[in-house]
Amino acid sequence: MSTRLATGGRRIDRTKPLSFTFDGSRLTGFAGDTLASALLANDRMLVGRSFKYHRPRGIVAAGVEEPNALVNLGTGARHEPNQRATTTALFDGLVATPQNVWPSLDHDIGAVNGLFAPALAAGFYYKMFLYPRAFWKHVYEPFIRRSAGLGRAPDPAHDDPDRYEHFHAFCDVLVAGGGVAGLQAALVAGRAGRRVLLLEQTTDWGGRAPVDGGTLDGLTVDDWIGRAVAELTSRPNVRLRTGVMVAGVYDHGYVLGYETVADHTPGAAAPRHRLWRIRATQIISATGAIERPLSFAGNDIPGVMLASAVRDYIAHYAVSPGDRVVVVTNNDDAYRTALAVHRAGLAVPVILDARPSGGGALMAEARAAGLRVETGRAIAKVQGGKRVTGVTICAQAGEGAVLDTIACDVVAMSGGWSPVVHLWSHCGGKLIWDDARALFRPDATRPPTDQTGAGFVTCAGGANGAMTLAEVMADAGGAAAPQVAAPTEAPLAPVWLMPQGAGVKLRSKAWLDFQNDVKVSDVQLAAREGYQSVEHAKRYTTLGMATDQGKLSNINGLAILSDALGQPIPQTGTTTFRPPYAPISMGAIGGAARGDVFQPVRRTCLYDWHEAAGAHWEPVGQWRRPYCYPRAGETHADAVRREITATRTSLGLLDASTLGKLVVKGADAGKFLDLIYTNMMSTLPVGRCRYGLMCNENGFLIDDGVVARLSDDTFLCHTTTGGADRIYAHMEDWLQTEWFDLQVYVANVTEHWAQFAVVGPNARRVLENLGGMDGSNAALPHMNWAAGTLGGVTARVFRISFSGELSYEIAVPASQGRAFWDMLLAAGAAFDATPYGTEALHVMRAEKGFIMIGDETDGTVIPQDLGLDWAISRKKADFIGKRGQERMRMQDPDRWKLVGLETLDGSVIPDGAYAVDAGRNANGQRNTQGRVTSTYHSPTLGRGIAMGLVRRGPDRMGEVIEFPKLDGSSVKARIVSPVFYDPKGEKQDA
Amino acid sequence: MHDAVSALAGATVSGRVTVSDGGLRGMVTLRGDLASPAVAAALQAVAGMAMPGLRRVVLNGDRGALWMSPDEVMILLPHRDADAMATALTAALAGTHHLAVNVSDARAVLRLTGPDDALRETLAKLAPVDMDLFAVGDIRRTRLGQVACAFWMTDSGTVELICFRSAARYVFDLLSVTVAEGGAVGHFG
Repeated sequence: MSTRLATGGRRIDRTKPLSFTFDGSRLTGFAGDTLASALLANDRMLVGRSFKYHRPRGIVAAGVEEPNALVNLGTGARHEPNQRATTTALFDGLVATPQNVWPSLDHDIGAVNGLFAPALAAGFYYKMFLYPRAFWKHVYEPFIRRSAGLGRAPDPAHDDPDRYEHFHAFCDVLVAGGGVAGLQAALVAGRAGRRVLLLEQTTDWGGRAPVDGGTLDGLTVDDWIGRAVAELTSRPNVRLRTGVMVAGVYDHGYVLGYETVADHTPGAAAPRHRLWRIRATQIISATGAIERPLSFAGNDIPGVMLASAVRDYIAHYAVSPGDRVVVVTNNDDAYRTALAVHRAGLAVPVILDARPSGGGALMAEARAAGLRVETGRAIAKVQGGKRVTGVTICAQAGEGAVLDTIACDVVAMSGGWSPVVHLWSHCGGKLIWDDARALFRPDATRPPTDQTGAGFVTCAGGANGAMTLAEVMADAGGAAAPQVAAPTEAPLAPVWLMPQGAGVKLRSKAWLDFQNDVKVSDVQLAAREGYQSVEHAKRYTTLGMATDQGKLSNINGLAILSDALGQPIPQTGTTTFRPPYAPISMGAIGGAARGDVFQPVRRTCLYDWHEAAGAHWEPVGQWRRPYCYPRAGETHADAVRREITATRTSLGLLDASTLGKLVVKGADAGKFLDLIYTNMMSTLPVGRCRYGLMCNENGFLIDDGVVARLSDDTFLCHTTTGGADRIYAHMEDWLQTEWFDLQVYVANVTEHWAQFAVVGPNARRVLENLGGMDGSNAALPHMNWAAGTLGGVTARVFRISFSGELSYEIAVPASQGRAFWDMLLAAGAAFDATPYGTEALHVMRAEKGFIMIGDETDGTVIPQDLGLDWAISRKKADFIGKRGQERMRMQDPDRWKLVGLETLDGSVIPDGAYAVDAGRNANGQRNTQGRVTSTYHSPTLGRGIAMGLVRRGPDRMGEVIEFPKLDGSSVKARIVSPVFYDPKGEKQDA
Repeated sequence: MHDAVSALAGATVSGRVTVSDGGLRGMVTLRGDLASPAVAAALQAVAGMAMPGLRRVVLNGDRGALWMSPDEVMILLPHRDADAMATALTAALAGTHHLAVNVSDARAVLRLTGPDDALRETLAKLAPVDMDLFAVGDIRRTRLGQVACAFWMTDSGTVELICFRSAARYVFDLLSVTVAEGGAVGHFG
């Protein structure tokens, strides 16, 4: 059994007991424990079930590489699945439940899957569930959904009660990893005066060196770490922090760090997680190495652990994983575990060293301690079900004939170490296979490169392939490396399968990926079935696709694949290392962006008034605009009808503040606008307004609006609401990169002005009531503007109309917008001044046949398609889009062009409906000859009206075309002029 | 002047840092060749301000000049004086290519006050700015959360920040969340 030892434990504080529950049982641990160490201290080795076969799963590792010990953490709103017990700090009141168990951890009905294991081999989804087709929906999928999947998704009824945040940091040198290599690298950079940020993912400095022994500059490793941390802390140019995992490295030295701030203090005021967004000139990856499992039959039975983890639990947490520990290895390092177990007073019945001649000094030390060492030996099979009970021993060189059986409750395995090359690889650093050490390590000649072509990531220590303390310090420390005293180690012997001649029965019980249930036999099957690419084999077998992303399984898996393909390991290569290094929370990624500040909501100066008036909001980009103002008992459609009728018969008021307003000034302003717009702007007289179109280089319409000439060298360009920022950038782009010789400056004054449309037959009376400016036809005819003072407020009045009615758009400074709106309401009260929203605006412009960017245009429409030829100058030598519009396809007479559509039965054509044509296309779909772009019920005309693009539409006036509806019926419409209302334009000139 | 109001109408919130509405402020955008003696002379003569250096501000009470880009400065002044300032600059620079325009109501001003390290942390949580290198008299045009902003440090305990008027509430709310107690990083100072 696993238990707490009476003494020791460098991370725990025995004076601070903590209470927690696992699977409903109340258990205790100590401050400093991880959930995994506390579970082991309570003899909880079995912690979950595997993904596919529901095999019992125990704790394998002591760190971030743990594949099995994933739990549901927390309850209610704070419940979160797939939390790694080995990296979860224990806290008082922690509640965890096992995952993937049904009905219970001890008695899992899904384990019956194991009986069908041959059917669930590699590619089982593809093979098994294809036939009969109907079985997928009713038999296979429900079964898979019930038995597969890890963890339980958080209850969508609960909002995450915690907060999260980002933090931007900058440094010259980012050191990822606070082991002895990282500390040494930080010391070197710090002493050189560089601005250093050192981040360590655990709560502890020094990595695994304190557990592994040796001395540095004559000090114990712990003492050296204390000295190094003290020096770093004292340096003003160095910052160091634990609890932050460097999750990813990106272009231009951008690095993401993941800080777990308050996971262990739920409900605290602190943000739960913090995402560090770092710019580093140089990144030193000192992320160490991860021990590899060995592939032998039954290596997934709870109690089989990484050798390093066994001694970590003893040293850090004073937890004994078991009373009798068999050590199996292909290298010297695992002897440290045997010695640690022995020194803890526990039994090591045998050390199985797969190397025929065994190891070096550490083996001698073990033998001197009286431990039995068997060289050239392997595990034939692990005995046990929910816990290891023993092992059978065989010759590594053989096929598994049993030589001996030994009782034990833990197997400590070591297949060598793999450098954590993730951060090196995220941005394109290449790897090289080190045959002597049997590992992939960074190829220093092919680093990830920055914008100058120089490498910006280097590796130090274990991450660079250095394996012994002496190598690590030499690699990280350069000339300043401390003096190291540690045993020399004999070379390891690569062992990818144990025993090497294991038959199919053993191979199909030798796990590579514990979480996803991928065995040696699965990878070999994939190879036989033709999967030669490691990326394909990964996806076919799901090797390395679990939440641990193959930290333990990848190298072993590709070695097996290489062997099956009969090619050397470097020829097979690795799968791609992608960020994040380990899963990070969605909350951290979102940061503060949630709730009210999930996205910016842009508000005009009337926002509060609109809300108080009961506006139904329409999002327009990030703006909120009133769609309509429904009164009690009104539907939205009712409100829109009322607003339109009031406007057309008396007086409507619209908040048009969101319209873009760009001031364009300079000696070349007219010349510039002639290039930007399709029509001529340089001839516009001061005081006049002109409607203009803007196209992109391809000739497609991108924006429209009214241009007013403010003075000889100054224009005011109105854009669409969504176009303000985009068109401003468009103008700056052309001015800064193409026409830098033009004397033109642009300023975006959109938000300086509140702008209100005063619309309807009584509009002029409002101006008269306010007083100060003359709105008569003589003083201010249609398409003119004037500056002045209205009711005491500085104003610009534009006589422009998007509704077809007599209309003034009045701009006042935004700080006075609300006050001026109140004045408008008062001045218009006698005429039943009716605020109207965007839908009324849309319907009224459609009644007049005015186009709307985004409705009649979709990025493939040229002005000529919309009958706007009159707004395209033929006199100008050039404008943006001119050449594009001259292309053959744009001149095609068969292009779909704008027309009005009048339904024969008066109904409204569904939005987006297509007009069908005779025949079918190559896909068997009915041919089309046009589509609806805007469609409304017109209260003015009392019928459905629409605009649409129809093949040769303007040549086909009076023809009836047919629009199928989703319900199978169709609606017929006559092609008519798009101007339904006041075609002569008498109202706007009234 | 009829009932001119700022977007945040005097809102204030306190946490590790106090965030408050900076009220109405006159702002005039001056675009021109900042290196030209004529533009600098006009700025000095009309606004009484020296030309700010790269990413720097020149401040004098409630007046100031902010470097916005190589061809743009923002002049700060009392709100009521902005139109006259734009007109006077336009007159002073007649014949020199430039653009002077009153943009006072296009933006909202927020004031952040508090301990220097808390101020720096607050901004570092929202803006991709190297706050180690940010000093009194510096300005950065950057983004705050998801919107554009600019901020400058007037003294070691005060930062002024401008954003577009329509985003004022978002910025205020975002800062309110960010300055909440319990979020100390301990990165500065």
